[in-house]
Amino acid sequence: MTGLSIAGAKTASARTRAEALRVALVAFFIGAALVFVSGFAHPEAIHNAAHDTRHALSYPCH
Amino acid sequence: MLNRVLVVGLLAGLVAGLAVAVLQHFTTTPLILAAETYETAGKTAALAGPDFGGARIVLAHTGHEPVAGAEAEGWKPEDGLARTFFTGLTTVVSAIGFALVLLAGMIAAGDEIDARRALAWAAAAFLATGLAPALGLAPELPGAAAGPLVARQAWWVATAVATAASLWLFLRTEAAWAKVLAALLLVAPHAVGAPHPAGFESRVPAELAAQFAARSLAVQAALWLLTGLAVGLIWTRFARRVAA
Repeated sequence: MTGLSIAGAKTASARTRAEALRVALVAFFIGAALVFVSGFAHPEAIHNAAHDTRHALSYPCH
Repeated sequence: MLNRVLVVGLLAGLVAGLAVAVLQHFTTTPLILAAETYETAGKTAALAGPDFGGARIVLAHTGHEPVAGAEAEGWKPEDGLARTFFTGLTTVVSAIGFALVLLAGMIAAGDEIDARRALAWAAAAFLATGLAPALGLAPELPGAAAGPLVARQAWWVATAVATAASLWLFLRTEAAWAKVLAALLLVAPHAVGAPHPAGFESRVPAELAAQFAARSLAVQAALWLLTGLAVGLIWTRFARRVAA
């Protein structure tokens, strides 16, 4: 393998890694937002709809 | 890649959430309904409220400020099918959230995603968001006295994050300082202490509350583990299809 192609492979792997981290970040924020809405959001209608699940999953409720 | 993560998260959350919604229907929901009968019966007396040395008791369901007479409440699902539907829906939404957070963690860590590894991540996640917060804030039934909600939520989130970081440092790093930091992170939330009420208020029998605490932790564990298993199985199936 030439030096050039090794450098190329390294750049590609760094790019893949950066892409993976970007995906992980987006997935984390969407996931955390869903957990927040179902488990923590205060608006009364959301609280009432989610009530039994909040208790069942031991989130602080009320 | 993002599409694949979102689709796997959605499917895994749907499968695990629906299964756990059934489990809830037979384990935790009957206890919540039973507790509500005690709560309703005791509401009038509770509104008059004993005074614990001037400390304010926030009684679950009576709202932040006690209102004499009828409770001013907004929309809520009717008991029966509607209530069961919304409970199931919320569990599915939570499960999709769990699945995406799990995938995010595994991808960020550079782990290969399969059923065995995803299950291990899910078990660790349960320690962070289930067992550790429960040590300070025991799962509560409706009617239980509790400290101010925002303070409890903040403590819960801080404990979950600190415990997750601690587990990461214990399991994935080698340096001695990291192990020391991990121990500190594990203990710190409990040294600070969760916000607690100044007195006890619940009219619900202790036996019922004890059953509920155990079942509620089991339900959260089941939700994490099933979500992890589903994430691993569905992800590998996708990988095979892409390879084929």
